[in-house]
Amino acid sequence: MPDSLPDAHTLITQLADAIAPTLTPETYIVGIHTGGVWVAECLHALLKSAQPLGTLDISFYRDDFSRIGLHPQVKPSNLPFDLEGRDILLVDDVLHSGRTVRAAMNELFDYGRPATIRLAVLIDRGDHELPIRPDFVGLTLNVPKHQNINLSRLDDGHLTLSLA
Amino acid sequence: MNPQLTEDGKLHHLLTLDGLPRAILTQILDTAESFMDVGEREVKKVPLLRGKSIFNLFFEPSTRTRTTFEIAAKRLSADVVNLNISTSSQSKGEAILDTVDNLSAMHADMFIVRHSQSGAAHFIARHVAPHISVVNAGDGRHAHPTQGLLDMFTIRRYKGAFHNLRVAIVGDVLHSRVARSQIHALTTLGVPEVRVIGPKTLLPVGIEQMGVKVFHTMEAGLKGCDVVIMLRLQNERMKSARLPSAQEYFKFFGLTSEKLALAKPDAIVMHPGPMNRGVEIDSAVADGPQSVILPQVTYGIAVRMAVMALLAGN
Repeated sequence: MPDSLPDAHTLITQLADAIAPTLTPETYIVGIHTGGVWVAECLHALLKSAQPLGTLDISFYRDDFSRIGLHPQVKPSNLPFDLEGRDILLVDDVLHSGRTVRAAMNELFDYGRPATIRLAVLIDRGDHELPIRPDFVGLTLNVPKHQNINLSRLDDGHLTLSLA
Repeated sequence: MNPQLTEDGKLHHLLTLDGLPRAILTQILDTAESFMDVGEREVKKVPLLRGKSIFNLFFEPSTRTRTTFEIAAKRLSADVVNLNISTSSQSKGEAILDTVDNLSAMHADMFIVRHSQSGAAHFIARHVAPHISVVNAGDGRHAHPTQGLLDMFTIRRYKGAFHNLRVAIVGDVLHSRVARSQIHALTTLGVPEVRVIGPKTLLPVGIEQMGVKVFHTMEAGLKGCDVVIMLRLQNERMKSARLPSAQEYFKFFGLTSEKLALAKPDAIVMHPGPMNRGVEIDSAVADGPQSVILPQVTYGIAVRMAVMALLAGN
């Protein structure tokens, strides 16, 4: 484990560089609330995407609803475009079990049938529980099970990573 | 202790808005906002209540409320069973609980209850197993909490906030469970001035204690209002000699364009339905630019989805 975590914006820039050659005019960026939306906003700006940014709150698609109930602060999903036949770049901050990504894909399909979905994550911390792997990753990091890695945003919009 | 809440203060039944904290009302409205979008999508469903069984127990007839509860439950992917049980075939009390026990044995997860007797939903809520939630869809003159919530949702959508509003509720407050739920919600959400307008025979004695101002003429009551809520005048009230005639009621308390002009120019007009056109409301107003009566119906689906999702998850 490194003592200090890398700068989030450096990782996002590297992520954007990796994505850029694969970007098509039909690629629509969709961030998953809340951290994924922050990363998606940065990517959207860095990649100079001409398409509107989408956001997803997957609370209504979680597989643990019957155990923990509804998330106390559900935000509306917002996909201001038709998904049919489009290329979707799904963005999240941390990939862990893969259950959030599964829920997000289920939700996307209720809006329409995209041509492709690719996944970009800032951190892949391992311990996957589903056959879901990122297409683009900022940093692969083995985080012990008892620890959490969090992305937070300061008032000035600066993103920082922390372990807790 | 509030019988609607779990030990840690979460909503388990929705029986009345009386005594519910503002935080819970706001949580329901916020959650409903997220569900609004589901109605606009290609697939108008989310998988939240997949595998849950919801029983609509209607001991009193209803079209709109039952239908919107049914659509809401289906959009949450629940299985819905509608039972329209006429009260005449029921010997009350014990028979209701027999019905509930039988449906519980069929693995019901939630009951949506409408009954002509006040307290019916409370009665069932006290009786059911702890994993079952009960939603009051209208009980006698007592409460109609989801209608009250959808009205608050409508007001918030059009007016943005509650803290600066003057709201008038017009008509038969005495017999109205809707009015009671609205008054509780409006005062809890911080509306500074709630007015009730109606003839003395249709306003309950001592209603001022609910925190409302009483008016007996539209001219005085509507002045400066941001929201005008009309109540349905039930025909049987005419027969019970509380009112001389529908024509006379319309003359004094029916909402016409002229009377509406007394309220603020951007005032919205609401009605819980079904409307008596030409009795409590003129068609020109009901179908006019200030009417939000049909949006109320649409919002009712999202609000009922929010209530059912929160109850099933708590």
